[in-house]
Amino acid sequence: MAIRENEFFTLLGPSGCGKTTLLRLIAGFEYPDEGEILLNGRDIALLAPHERPVNTVFQSYALFPHMTVGQNIGFGLEMLGKPRREIAARVDEMLRLVRMEALKDRRTSQISGGQQQRVALARALAPQPKVLLLDEPLSALDYKLRKEMQIELKRLQHETGITFIFVTHDQEEALTMSDRIAVMSGGSILQVGTPRDIYDRPDKRFVADFIGEANFLPAQVLSSAGDRAKVTLGAGGEILAGLPHGTQPQGQITVMVRPEHAEIAGTDADATLSGTLESAVYFGTDTHLNVRLGDGSNFVVRRQNDRCADHGFAPGMPVGVRIRDGAAQVLRD
Amino acid sequence: MTQAQDIIRAAARRDIRNRWWLSAPALVIIFLAAIGPLFVVVLYSVMVKGDYGDVKYWQFSGQGWFEVLFERDMFDNTVSFADAHLSILWRSVKLAAITTIVTLILGFPTAYFIATRPRHRRDLWLFLITIPFWTNLLIRTFAIQEVFRNEGLLNVALMRTGLIDQPIQIMFTDFAILLGMGYVYLPLMVLPLYASLEKFDFRLAEAAADLYANSSRVLRRIIVPMVMPGIVAGSILVFVPSLGAYVTPRLLGGGKNLMLGNLIELQFGQGRNWPLGSALSISLTAIVMLSLLVYVRAASKTEARHG
Repeated sequence: MAIRENEFFTLLGPSGCGKTTLLRLIAGFEYPDEGEILLNGRDIALLAPHERPVNTVFQSYALFPHMTVGQNIGFGLEMLGKPRREIAARVDEMLRLVRMEALKDRRTSQISGGQQQRVALARALAPQPKVLLLDEPLSALDYKLRKEMQIELKRLQHETGITFIFVTHDQEEALTMSDRIAVMSGGSILQVGTPRDIYDRPDKRFVADFIGEANFLPAQVLSSAGDRAKVTLGAGGEILAGLPHGTQPQGQITVMVRPEHAEIAGTDADATLSGTLESAVYFGTDTHLNVRLGDGSNFVVRRQNDRCADHGFAPGMPVGVRIRDGAAQVLRD
Repeated sequence: MTQAQDIIRAAARRDIRNRWWLSAPALVIIFLAAIGPLFVVVLYSVMVKGDYGDVKYWQFSGQGWFEVLFERDMFDNTVSFADAHLSILWRSVKLAAITTIVTLILGFPTAYFIATRPRHRRDLWLFLITIPFWTNLLIRTFAIQEVFRNEGLLNVALMRTGLIDQPIQIMFTDFAILLGMGYVYLPLMVLPLYASLEKFDFRLAEAAADLYANSSRVLRRIIVPMVMPGIVAGSILVFVPSLGAYVTPRLLGGGKNLMLGNLIELQFGQGRNWPLGSALSISLTAIVMLSLLVYVRAASKTEARHG
């Protein structure tokens, strides 16, 4: 796997999938049994942490409690042996960057969680590392602050031009911030791609399931051409579905449809599938319509709410589901 | 309204009275066991010495304190510094300080090692550290004697192997005293150091390493300042008893290498000079308190400087 320069790269996966271990390998806190970690073509796998031009923002922040905010930020530069004046200038610059100028002389225990987060960021950015590692840095913040920091992180990455490797188990965080995402599970990388790739064209069932919601339908391949295949769904109906790169599947497969990529249709010929409406759950921005299909499986359709028009669906009524050509994706497994 | 306030005020008064009653046992013990005896010793130090020990009660004299620092020649009554006392004082402070430093140097890696073991193993290691406490101090000191005396284990072994042909004189030297005190007081250093290191968040060490600090800088800039309370506590626990040590210098230092504890004992025993012994005791207490004050001040300043 290669991570490009100046990229916001995210390792996404459930806890225990090995994403933090991978990060610790890059930082140098753990050493690989085999394999290489190349940084600009140089193998850094066996270098000590302090010999790597890589800095980390820790999940726990790990700010030095016996130093002030300014001393924390300057620590890396001091260890690099930079002259005092340069350190002072850089610390001020960093404080400006994370908008913390007023708190330079505070103890780290005297500032809030969100401010500690910013100090941790400034401290890791101050030595201008080639790569910045971020280990679930937003997980301790409340929802509002997390949203704010997501935008802030993106801005910082843009302004500094440093490659960010970001670890998270929060799919929304991954989708909104990343240039590219690697989805991990059980210690291996399942798929690498842009947020759009990962969301719209997941390779595997795990990826589709972990990120967003998905309907999985058994299907049979009729024919395939290029990156599309004509399939018949087990529950009835024929559609054109996207194919994973470089695959020409045959026979029995599974296709994935995102709830918001399907629509409710009448029971007429327009509908790909038909069934009965089980329930309609109101979510504010949208409504989740659970449809029981002819073969007994459940299919969720997500429908944007309209303040001016009630959808008028009632449980028990017969409905059709329309899946437009290209709205479904064939999975690799 | 005012009635309510009166009731509240009365309850508060009762509460304060009750608190005094609750702390009374501790206060009684402190007065009877610590401050009282100290006061008696202060009194003794300013009284005239008895002919066969003891003091002549209610006859006051500054002689005891005078003799701490000066001596009067028996024949011509000239006054000079009591060199013997001063050299014993100096050696006591020196040996106690060296013991503290040596136990710190040996104890820190030990405590670090235990603190970095998996949690369920640490108890076992701590248990091993406390094993020497199970044996009486005298017996342990005699055991050290058996190992290091001229015909002891070490010398015999070295001579048998032909490494040396004359036994090395270890017993009755300052080195022997240091060896004995280091051995006896090492656990007192390890335990508070461990208590501090165990609380230390080793992710901070990782963070420092990540910020280009090599291991010696991680130690000096991050770990040491943060476990400073443990270093201070351990140093006090070692320095204070070392300074007043009695058994170890007596058994391992022989009759000539006295420390303050032995000098004081001598005044109450063979010397039959209780006022001088009392004055020396108070001096020892004063030295301990003074050193602690200086040390704690310096330690907190180091902490402040690093952060």
